[in-house]
Amino acid sequence: MSSTSTAPRPAPAAERPVRAVPRSPMAPPRSFLWSRAIFLTLLTGFVLLPVYVMVSSSLKPLQDVSGKFRWVPSGLTIRPYIDIWSTVPLAKYFMNSLIVAGAATVCSVVIAVFSAYAVSRYNFRGKRVFTVTVLSTQMFPGILFLLPLFLIYVNIGNATGIALFGSRGGLILTYLTFSLPFSIWMLIGYFDSVPRDLDEAALVDGCGPLGALFRVVVPAAIPGIVAVAVYAFMTAWGEVLFASVMTNDATRTLAVGLQGYSTQNEVYWNQIMAASLVVSIPVVAGFLLLQRYLVAGLTAGAVK
Amino acid sequence: MRIRAAAVGAVTMSLALAASACGGGSSSGEGSNDSPKTLTYWASNQGASIEVDKKVLRPELDKFEKETGIKVKLEVVPWSDLLNRILTATTSGQGPDVLNIGNTWSASLQASGALLPWDAKNFGRIGGKDRFVDSALGSTGVQGQDPAAVPLYSMAYALYYNKKMFADAGISKPPATWDELVADGKKISKKGKWGLGAEGSNLSNNIHQIFVLGQQHDADFFTAEGKPDFTSDGAVAAIKQYVDLMAKDKIVAPGNAEYAQNQSLSDFAKGKTAMVLWQTASATFKSLGMEDDEWGVAPAPVQSGTPGTGTNVNSMVAGINMAVFKNSKNIDGATKFVEFMTSDAEQKILNKAYGSIPPVKAAQSDPAFNTQATAALRETLATSAEALPQVAEESQFETAVGTAVKELFADAAAGRPVTTASVKAKLEKAQQQMPTK
Amino acid sequence: MTTTTADAAVDEPSVRKNSPGAARGPRRTGRIRRIGLPYLLLLPALLLELLVHLVPMVIGMVMSFKELTQFYIRDWGTAPWSGLDNYTMSVDFDAPVGEALLHSFFVTCVFTVLSVGICWLLGTAAAIYMQDVFRGRGLLRAVFLVPYALPVYAAVITWAFMFQHDNGLVNHVLHDQLGLTDKPSFWLIGDNSFVALLTVSVWKGWPFAFLIVMAGLQNIPRELYEAASLDGAGLWQQLRRITLPSLRPVNQVLVLVLFLWTFNDFNTPYVLFGKAAPEAADLISIHIYQSSFVTWNFGAGSAMSVLLLLFLLVVTGVYLALTSRGRKAADV
Repeated sequence: MSSTSTAPRPAPAAERPVRAVPRSPMAPPRSFLWSRAIFLTLLTGFVLLPVYVMVSSSLKPLQDVSGKFRWVPSGLTIRPYIDIWSTVPLAKYFMNSLIVAGAATVCSVVIAVFSAYAVSRYNFRGKRVFTVTVLSTQMFPGILFLLPLFLIYVNIGNATGIALFGSRGGLILTYLTFSLPFSIWMLIGYFDSVPRDLDEAALVDGCGPLGALFRVVVPAAIPGIVAVAVYAFMTAWGEVLFASVMTNDATRTLAVGLQGYSTQNEVYWNQIMAASLVVSIPVVAGFLLLQRYLVAGLTAGAVK
Repeated sequence: MRIRAAAVGAVTMSLALAASACGGGSSSGEGSNDSPKTLTYWASNQGASIEVDKKVLRPELDKFEKETGIKVKLEVVPWSDLLNRILTATTSGQGPDVLNIGNTWSASLQASGALLPWDAKNFGRIGGKDRFVDSALGSTGVQGQDPAAVPLYSMAYALYYNKKMFADAGISKPPATWDELVADGKKISKKGKWGLGAEGSNLSNNIHQIFVLGQQHDADFFTAEGKPDFTSDGAVAAIKQYVDLMAKDKIVAPGNAEYAQNQSLSDFAKGKTAMVLWQTASATFKSLGMEDDEWGVAPAPVQSGTPGTGTNVNSMVAGINMAVFKNSKNIDGATKFVEFMTSDAEQKILNKAYGSIPPVKAAQSDPAFNTQATAALRETLATSAEALPQVAEESQFETAVGTAVKELFADAAAGRPVTTASVKAKLEKAQQQMPTK
Repeated sequence: MTTTTADAAVDEPSVRKNSPGAARGPRRTGRIRRIGLPYLLLLPALLLELLVHLVPMVIGMVMSFKELTQFYIRDWGTAPWSGLDNYTMSVDFDAPVGEALLHSFFVTCVFTVLSVGICWLLGTAAAIYMQDVFRGRGLLRAVFLVPYALPVYAAVITWAFMFQHDNGLVNHVLHDQLGLTDKPSFWLIGDNSFVALLTVSVWKGWPFAFLIVMAGLQNIPRELYEAASLDGAGLWQQLRRITLPSLRPVNQVLVLVLFLWTFNDFNTPYVLFGKAAPEAADLISIHIYQSSFVTWNFGAGSAMSVLLLLFLLVVTGVYLALTSRGRKAADV
């Protein structure tokens, strides 16, 4: 997990294994096992029900999804998966979402790493003001700054010629700040758990503070950084409100583009489900692949 | 103290930015001809999908480019986003040069001052006001002011019925009055089939339907001075009559209460419902796999007698208008584009593609507008259609009253009684939500 | 973590302060640079927060004092000042606008309390049940995280489909198969819409609680359990004496984050109901959206947002003051 070749010593935080802490050496009583089986089964059903609907409906012909719900499709078809690409320009929206979410994630993580490092390793005036201010933006209702933000972007555009309004750049800028507070907060916790001896060693070896950050602290904090990246990506991938007003034909993202399947004359539920599945797969797959890191990152960072 | 200095600095900077943002749209001034070679055009979604629209419009825009050398950047904006996009464009001053608007929004958008007024001079540049049909011009802005937009496509409501379902129920001719419609609907509404389709959760559609019924009950929803008047006896009776189609007459399926995405049309095409009141639905039926000879079209019903003016109005003036953004950087080009799109030749091509009626008189003579589907619509527009109230608060009216009707449908669907009192209470609430000037 | 306070004006990097041995490193840079570095590192975050959150918020506050209707939106610099009119209108609970806002506020409060409560309960229960190793645990954990990983719109659209009156799964099961209702219910309009919204919100939100509590459980030293079981403490006692108290700091943050996210949630009701949410599920964010964008009264919408922000500030402040006994303020 922590291939910290540059680090002088393995970093304990990153090494913390993701495994259960057994409650007790004794075998749990039978009633516990029973209730656990029932509870977890019900919960699994609840969680998977929509997933089943999504997958099965996406393989149904249109008459199946517009009539009474059927558990078992009357026939399987992959037509919805072919049609989704032509009903709306899904590929283009996909690219847009990928660019926007990808860029927002990279920027957000880099900026969060810098900020968290400063807060974690230095004492300076205004530190508390900074953390409190940044964190409190989490509670701003998006609707309050929706319209003002457009005004600012448009004015920046008029003054400097940098098109933010309606461009991917504007959306990237917006989204990266959405995930920034939580990311900074989590990384502060994570960086704090990376022993300072490591920095010192690096400093003694002749690295500057930034060298220490990138050659020691960052490698030791990979799980935390991955966790933050996953969070930032999901935030950007799923946002609807700003995307619906800030994008145009060329820059529309999936969140808005999916509305295109409810056309003037028919709601193509099978195509909607197929498209939903297609747009979910990258995030869900990535998320599940990285969930080990996520738990490790949260364990060491946020919930310490 | 440094913290304070930093804080003061930040606040000052915020205020400076805020002040510069206050400039808003005005900074770009009143329009110019600085970029005469390009135009941005927001089209509304008229066809079966956005892609269909692009295919219809692109060749025409290329034709325009060949004629004038002006390149038109096209964006087809979905209805769900269009008004928001226009509002943001208005607020920020950053919008298209030319755009389509729902004609009922004309007065509301006119009040914002964002659209180029079509005075005599501007109308002169596109061939004069009298090229257009009067009823269409009636829905382009507040009476007595220069129109905020120019009619592009006209539509009217009509009654579409399934010929086979009518024959099976032993009905020989389409209903002409509401009583007949209810009687026919009851004959059909059994065994999972229903008489009439409705879009209970679609606010605009609710407004269109109850506006016409309001006219038939002699209610206008706004006083002559433009003040909201939602609670008149006529208005209450109109809305109750509409919701009663589901609540009392039971010829509308309760499930229609949550329809908002034209599901009633696909129900009709599948033979689940026998009738719909709709505007220019023929192209949609075709795309849903219903042949032209399977359905018939008749004028929308009235209370009694035959469609006409006054209380015998049986449709709103539906349609799309074309407007020019006042701070366009290519006012001349924008006007030229409007001239092109409203030219006789283009009107024929476009309205044929969308199944609508040209609001340009000369274009109506084309035989394509004399088929079964279009003749009834054209006739309705000419003789018995009325424009929605041309007041600045029209869009708020659509939201407030449209929501009231939606909630009443929800009550009806849930089996709760819909009474004159409950209708009136909802309308009173809607009226109080309207802005007070 | 070292506790740090803003006013402790220590300009030395704490790394060095804590380690006298390395106090005067070989690459000693100028004092200015050392003081400046943390600020330089914070600068990007600060600028972006200023640009995207703080300045727009200030502008939003300015707007709330203006009569910003469709007549003035084109150039809102010239919109007349309306003083406190937007505020008095919003809080005049006898008039329809204020009454509707109050109603929406109550709906949101009830919704948030229920949603956060159930999310926490499900998440904690699942995490505790899955504390021990058993077969399929890893797979189950992955499954449980799926709702959290799905993009909001994809998940909510699927639920909207399931809640359809005529062709949805929910009515098919409740009415056709189980016969629990006399006739198919409406879930997306009318009073049931609250239940629908709550279901979706819980489905979407509980895995986050699960994730955080699970991470929190990993930090409980196993020696505690071993010691307890040597003392003869049963399962329930271990849960009460060790697990739950150890989770306290985690819960403090978790509940606050869930509360803020749920209270401000816009995406779920917007995708589920569209622009006009039914009265029973009229969450405050949708209500404000409708008040500004649908009725074109941005001044009133801004005033309502400011009130909402004040409310959230107060709640958060009180909450932190009440719960952070024993936790250092700098940990916030």
